[in-house]
Amino acid sequence: MEDMILYDRLQFAFTITFHYIFPQLTMGLSLLIVYFKWKYLKTQTEKYNKAAKFLMKIFAVNFTMGVVTGIPMEFQFGTNWAKFSELTGNIIGQTLAMEGLFSFFLESSFLALFIFGEKLMGQKLHFLTGFLVFLGSWASGLLILATNAWMQHPVGYEILENGKFVLNHFGELFSNPWLIPAFLHNQMASLVTSSFLIISIGAFYILSKKNIEYGKLFLKTGIVFGLTSSFLVAFPTGDWNAKNVAKYQPASFAAMEGIFETEHGGAEIVLVGQPNMLEKKLDNKLSIPNVLSILTYQSWNKQIPGMDQFTEDELPTNIPGLYYSYHIMVGLGTIFIGLMVLAAFLWWRKKLFEYRPLLWALMFAVPFPFIANLTGWYVAELGRQPYLVYGLLKTVDGISPTVSSGNSLFTLLGFVGLYILLGLLFLLLVGKIINEGPTKKH
Amino acid sequence: MEILWYIIIAIILAIFFILDGYDFGVGIIHLFFAKKEKDKLVIAKSAGLFWDSNEVWLVAGGGLLFMAFPTFYASVFSGFYLPLILVLWLIVFRAIGLEFRNQINFQMWKDFWDKAFGVSSLLLALFFGIALGNVVRGVNLGGVINGESTYESHYFFLPLWDSSFSPLSDTPGVIDWFTIIIGLIAVIVMGIHGANWIILKTNSSINQQLKKVIFKLNIALIILTIFSLAIWLKIKPQALDNFLDNPYLVIFPIIFFTGLIGSLFIKKFKSERTGFFLSSAVILGGITSSLASLFPVILPSTNKINESLTIYNTSSTEYGLETAFIWVIFGLILVIIYVIFQLRINSGKIDDFEYGH
Repeated sequence: MEDMILYDRLQFAFTITFHYIFPQLTMGLSLLIVYFKWKYLKTQTEKYNKAAKFLMKIFAVNFTMGVVTGIPMEFQFGTNWAKFSELTGNIIGQTLAMEGLFSFFLESSFLALFIFGEKLMGQKLHFLTGFLVFLGSWASGLLILATNAWMQHPVGYEILENGKFVLNHFGELFSNPWLIPAFLHNQMASLVTSSFLIISIGAFYILSKKNIEYGKLFLKTGIVFGLTSSFLVAFPTGDWNAKNVAKYQPASFAAMEGIFETEHGGAEIVLVGQPNMLEKKLDNKLSIPNVLSILTYQSWNKQIPGMDQFTEDELPTNIPGLYYSYHIMVGLGTIFIGLMVLAAFLWWRKKLFEYRPLLWALMFAVPFPFIANLTGWYVAELGRQPYLVYGLLKTVDGISPTVSSGNSLFTLLGFVGLYILLGLLFLLLVGKIINEGPTKKH
Repeated sequence: MEILWYIIIAIILAIFFILDGYDFGVGIIHLFFAKKEKDKLVIAKSAGLFWDSNEVWLVAGGGLLFMAFPTFYASVFSGFYLPLILVLWLIVFRAIGLEFRNQINFQMWKDFWDKAFGVSSLLLALFFGIALGNVVRGVNLGGVINGESTYESHYFFLPLWDSSFSPLSDTPGVIDWFTIIIGLIAVIVMGIHGANWIILKTNSSINQQLKKVIFKLNIALIILTIFSLAIWLKIKPQALDNFLDNPYLVIFPIIFFTGLIGSLFIKKFKSERTGFFLSSAVILGGITSSLASLFPVILPSTNKINESLTIYNTSSTEYGLETAFIWVIFGLILVIIYVIFQLRINSGKIDDFEYGH
């Protein structure tokens, strides 16, 4: 039983982590493509159309990866989490089926037309298909988040005698107080990723002195979107989410902030430190007094319960993992804001394209938003443990009763092998597209 | 409400097999008959432009199945664990083969992905047929050994095969000689369907040759079909009961046999669409006949201790089904609009489409 749940969890964690590299780019990039296409329609400057079509090539490869790694996610609810599917399918089946029917259909139906149909359709229809792809990908994000929000903060349900969760208020799935903050935070974070991608491409073109016109365009556009989204991802959307965790999952809040002991008076905010689970304290702690209470409750002295207030059963199972995920996410988010402010400042001083150290830093910054996005999801998922449905259904009670550890380890290893291949192909193809640049003739 | 949802999901899955069926078939034909680079490109393109919008029917059907019959979804997906994960890997491999083939203009790269596309299409068709074979044959629900259930009555786990490879074994595996025959039928059906699609959508140089291929495959298909029906009736003598009780259900086998017999006249068809419609009829009739024969069972039990899974003992609650019915109607209307939009833009031959550059 122990290793059954271990491999089921590892397989889901591995496949969803790998999957989520791609949709975050899909969602952000589709918005940037629509923006460039719209600029082209407005100004009739060929540069913008070329930029849109160039990003579309990256988008196409990325979208394929998102689709092929996404189908296993839907299947795994049944294959590895059969008991969970049986007990909650009545509710999360709604949002997951809507995702398939409304958003995935929209994206997939119009993507091929957007990629291959420019000459057939004319510019306005071409813009429309691009917009529909964007709409589909964001609707997909909303419906997946609605599913996750229900698992984090269940609403609109009742539990039958046989343990099944059944829906009694459909509307509450969407008015869930967890949903909108999580959705907006997630979308802004995906926009950070995509902005950093085009910034990185732009910096590469300027540093390598090829496609300089596009390098400047990507850099400027990326900074406008990147600056805006890195602020929005922290405030107000990140702030809302933290307050939701404090309100609905106080034990997870204490764990992610690293508060072992409840302080009398206001709680400190931990900047650095390593959770020492043996002695139940933080080693090498650097912190600022009272700031956590101010941020969370706008009150100097509001008491925040530490982990000592909760039983072993209520606390997340992997406290160090949760703590590090949260601090990596917040730390990186802060660095993104700093980097974007600096870039914007140099742009204003007209030194953006000459100051090479910054261009190098911007070029190499691209992996970090991916890491911040993924660790953000780890915060949500590790914070929900030991539950699948917070407070109601334990993770251990959700696995497939008939799939043995030997079978799940077999498929986990297979996924690892296959996805390593996919990852290499993705890097190869995107690298090739970037190297050829926006001006390549067919 | 359960019946209504059963029909909706059956229609969506039938559409999936008709649509994705042709691109699996295109892969099979590509593997065996495409020799010149020009044909290889255009044949791959006739699947590559459409696979993604075809596969959404699988995702939508899967999602709706999860919503409407969660217990069935949980039982079947965990019970057929290994074959389903293998299918996932094949779907991944096939899709990247199609999408990445033309990303790099280098012959070895293209050859490799062509083969990946062809082989995974063939195996997928085989596996989908085997899956259908398993559903009509039934499984050992509850994992009964010596009269005792190992699991809850609606769960089971099937190994890939049992050493006897026999559908009559007490503990049949996923692959036995009966399901293999159904798998081969699926490969041939989809092969014919794919060939019809190539003839319809492209000007490839092998179109005339493919008509002869379709004719030969169709003969093989008729023989295998008769053979498998005989076995089916031997394993499941009650398979015809539903048709005898409700004669109007005979419409489904009639659709199937119309397609099957009609395809013999492939060389005489004036319109290229006729062949495609007939092979679609074979798929539609084959799936609906199998489902109608089982109804209301959706997964038969091979033991006498645990009862079969039906649409009634695996469904969601009335409220959930009714709510979802409202949005599904809305969703399907949107889908029909998308499909019409796509068909208008993509009608006719696709040889001159830009693709993958």
